[in-house]
Amino acid sequence: MSEDRLPTDAPRPTSATQEFWAATSDGTLLLQRCDACGTVIWYPKGFCPACSSFATSWFAASGLGTVYSFTVVRKAAGAWQKATPYVVAYVELAEGPRVLTNVVGCDPGSVEVGMPVQVVFDDTGEGTALYRFRPLP
Amino acid sequence: MSIRGKALIAGAYEHPRREIPDRTVPQIHAEVAVGALGDAGLALSDVDAYFCDSSAGFGTLSMAEYLGLRLSYVDSTETGGSSYLAHVGHAAAAIAAGKCTVALVTLAGRPRSGRGIVRPGGDSTPEGEFEGLWGLAGPVTNYAIAARRHMYEFGTTSEQLAHIKVAASLHAQHNPHAFLPDPVTVEEVLDSPMISDPLHRLDCCVITDGGGAVVVVSPEVARDLDRTAVKILGHGETVKHTDNGRIDVTYSGAVWSGPRAFEEAGVTPGDIDYVSIYDSFTITVLETIEDLGFCEKGQGGRFVMDGALVSPGGRLPFNTDGGGLCNNHPANRGGMTKIIEAVRQLRGETAPAVQVPDCRLALAHGTGGSLATRMGSATLILGQEDA
Repeated sequence: MSEDRLPTDAPRPTSATQEFWAATSDGTLLLQRCDACGTVIWYPKGFCPACSSFATSWFAASGLGTVYSFTVVRKAAGAWQKATPYVVAYVELAEGPRVLTNVVGCDPGSVEVGMPVQVVFDDTGEGTALYRFRPLP
Repeated sequence: MSIRGKALIAGAYEHPRREIPDRTVPQIHAEVAVGALGDAGLALSDVDAYFCDSSAGFGTLSMAEYLGLRLSYVDSTETGGSSYLAHVGHAAAAIAAGKCTVALVTLAGRPRSGRGIVRPGGDSTPEGEFEGLWGLAGPVTNYAIAARRHMYEFGTTSEQLAHIKVAASLHAQHNPHAFLPDPVTVEEVLDSPMISDPLHRLDCCVITDGGGAVVVVSPEVARDLDRTAVKILGHGETVKHTDNGRIDVTYSGAVWSGPRAFEEAGVTPGDIDYVSIYDSFTITVLETIEDLGFCEKGQGGRFVMDGALVSPGGRLPFNTDGGGLCNNHPANRGGMTKIIEAVRQLRGETAPAVQVPDCRLALAHGTGGSLATRMGSATLILGQEDA
């Protein structure tokens, strides 16, 4: 595993996602739930694709999940090339959605489908943090 | 309404070069347009419908002016590499509805020589805010994630994926224009550098400049042409996406586009003599042949071993031009070349060594975007002129 942190570019929030990214700086992963049908929404958009409702509410996710699938990137461009090998994965959150992210804090060669993981946050230095996941100890 | 038999492909042309630093992208569009019309025995002045993607300036607006077209129908549907198969389906529907009689579809791009790179998505997409932060190294990252999950659920192996590349390379050796004309072995695929686990360099398609075009015409126009035409029998298309975070990367949109095309054509997978299957990566082929019903879901790995895809003689001869894996993947989009090789097979005009004897029914399938993630799928079923 590389000792250096993965590149951590700041996201560019929109009016629909400002609250989500603000919460990341406090170490909270927010999700949206549809007020009408209860569906958990990903990615956050203030709209429920299951029932067409625009009424949604934020709630704090558990931060727990499992690796749905992943790849170890060996060849990349720019700042990411220096970070190879690194893991890009879909993590299935305990709340349902499968989210694209990185698995960090372990040897990339040790990552497996089904591995339990928990969220960690990497500060972007701009009032936000990126949600990544590390294996549960 | 069905489009079955209501339109034909009368002309097809693949740009012979794979590196074209001395042309602009619109120039390549023009070269392939003239090439396909010439193949059909038609001219730009005959064209009344035009289809292209967003690669040349303002899509159809820029290119209609550039080519000097007078149009009654335009369509710049953008579903990545599947766009051109969708364009042919849309052209057939427009012809069947009486909106036009001669439809030109062009593709061009120059990713190899540097400019003219097609960049789908980008910063303006709504999903980019949540997907652009994790170091995705081009499309291969998502395709590798799909391959990993397919291996986990079905026991698919890297060796099985390698057989797909081997079959394509055996075909490419007979194509004088192929970018990679040399046959490779399973071992050579497995020994090539890992790009994004579990995909090796030789699991990936080539990066080439180039382009291609086809001309879709009404039966009345086709009757007056000397050239053998190919009948459009069925078309299906869809967009598959991440489904509100409930993404399943083990299947592609072909599960929806395929059955629609087969139903319209009135045929089944067992009737098909030749297939052009989009092959941006080996896993693209594997998931697609399962999803189109050529084998059971999860059995693609076993299916592709033992020369099943090799022409002639294999159970499912595929990509006899060498495909995107070996021949050509112009503009980072292999959809147009999939149609063109299917037309060659139905006309009996492929390289003799890979021609399917009496090829009467062919399927061409396109994939756009990221396999099984956020993607376009489009399927065409084509037949000989008397089909």
